[in-house]
Amino acid sequence: MKFLSQLISGISLGSIYSLIALGYTMVYGIAKMLNFAHGDVIMVGAFVVYTMCVTLNLSPILGVLIAIAFCTVLGMVIERLAYKPLRQATSLAVLITAIGVSYFLQNTALLIFGSDTKKFTSVVSISSVSLADGQLIISGETIVTIIVSVVIMVALSLFVNKSKPGKAMRAVSEDKGAAQLMGINVNAMIALTFAIGSGLAAIAGALLCSAYPALSPYTGAMPGIKAFVAAVFGGIGSIPGAMIGGILLGVIENLSKGYISSQLSDAIVFAVLIIVLLVRPTGILGKKINEKV
Amino acid sequence: MAMLEVRNLNVYFGVIRAIKDVSFDVEKGEVVTLIGANGAGKTTTLHTITGLLSSESGTITLNGKDITKTPAHKIVSMGMAHVPEGRRVFASLSVYDNLLMGAYTRKDKAEISHSLELVYSKFPRLEERKKQIAGTLSGGEQQMLAMGRALMSNPDILLMDEPSMGLSPLYVEEIFNIIKEIKKSGITVLLVEQNANMALQIADRAYVLETGSITMQGKASDLMNDEGVRKAYLGA
Repeated sequence: MKFLSQLISGISLGSIYSLIALGYTMVYGIAKMLNFAHGDVIMVGAFVVYTMCVTLNLSPILGVLIAIAFCTVLGMVIERLAYKPLRQATSLAVLITAIGVSYFLQNTALLIFGSDTKKFTSVVSISSVSLADGQLIISGETIVTIIVSVVIMVALSLFVNKSKPGKAMRAVSEDKGAAQLMGINVNAMIALTFAIGSGLAAIAGALLCSAYPALSPYTGAMPGIKAFVAAVFGGIGSIPGAMIGGILLGVIENLSKGYISSQLSDAIVFAVLIIVLLVRPTGILGKKINEKV
Repeated sequence: MAMLEVRNLNVYFGVIRAIKDVSFDVEKGEVVTLIGANGAGKTTTLHTITGLLSSESGTITLNGKDITKTPAHKIVSMGMAHVPEGRRVFASLSVYDNLLMGAYTRKDKAEISHSLELVYSKFPRLEERKKQIAGTLSGGEQQMLAMGRALMSNPDILLMDEPSMGLSPLYVEEIFNIIKEIKKSGITVLLVEQNANMALQIADRAYVLETGSITMQGKASDLMNDEGVRKAYLGA
């Protein structure tokens, strides 16, 4: 029972990583950049929920919806102001800018909310479920996180594989020039990708802080890095890869916390990443990149 | 007024002037070919026309409209499609989805499916393989897909960059037959080719591009008999 319980909460934590990893991987796929400010968008999303639900006493659903809208716009604004002017710049310049945006978001939150850790009120009101005569207890947060993540991943897969803008997005990530010749506005597609990724980050922020209710300006940093690892793990640029990578990472992390050592769990997670990358340098579902001659 | 007019075009790569004062016309209904050696600036010229590259000076007009500064994604809905060098099909998308991307800017579903039927009738192979992932097609099939994809925009003028490159002689023959059919259906063609022999056979007029400048121009049949062209480009 302990194993099952660890596994389920691992899947739940992993689905949050997946939601964040999707933002990393989609942005990488289309703009070929690592948006290291992505983790901090989670934090912003959580603070918006906190402000709406705790300070202004709105309903949790409304708070989350406002946070999604806020982060969607924030993602597009970040892209427009910080990354779009650097479209022709070297990847190192873009990377440094992304780190700058990350610090900007953290310090803005620090200025507004202060450095003390806030107690986040869960947005989930479902009570926990008790199975097998009380030996297995699954929290409402876990249930909601898994269901919400599955719904989002199915919807996102349908969007990317079946809808016209989704296909256009894939076309852009493959060949920007050819996509432009089709009449696809590449800048609009990149903005759309940032919007989707940041909206997902807001949901991830609300779910993460509901499960682990401590909120500070640095809340997004570690989950952001882990989700980046998950994206690389699954094969950066691959959407199913980010989903699988995130869930695997969450499960490995939780099982090592439960059975080996909670201090060592992060080290184990990164060790597994190194081994996977040694065996499969492109990640689990990563595409082989053929150099064109 | 010609359908496509290029006037005194100059394009730089950094400090290198890749295109020098290039001017040419493509009249409605013509097949015009730009021939020249590797690195003469043929692809650069096409990329500048469709906005993938920007020019330093000069003007490009399409049906009387100045498109010199028009961004690439707005060109196709003005009636000009571009089959890029190296085919550049979307490898992870299916053949059918590639064709749909060609019709990206069109809204009318009935018109799109009419175009799809036309493309399938020109390239029956594409219909047989419509569910196949484009990256798994052979080079010749990918070239057909790239042409079919461009035709899905229902263009007035089609720019084709090295459609015969890297193909077996059988496919080269087939591709050129299709270009003839495209001309017959009333679409104007600007063809860039290293295979000058084939290009001159199907073209009405030709321009010779040498290190970024146009050095000769005239009727394709005249150029084919020109001693200098024969020596330099036709291997005779």
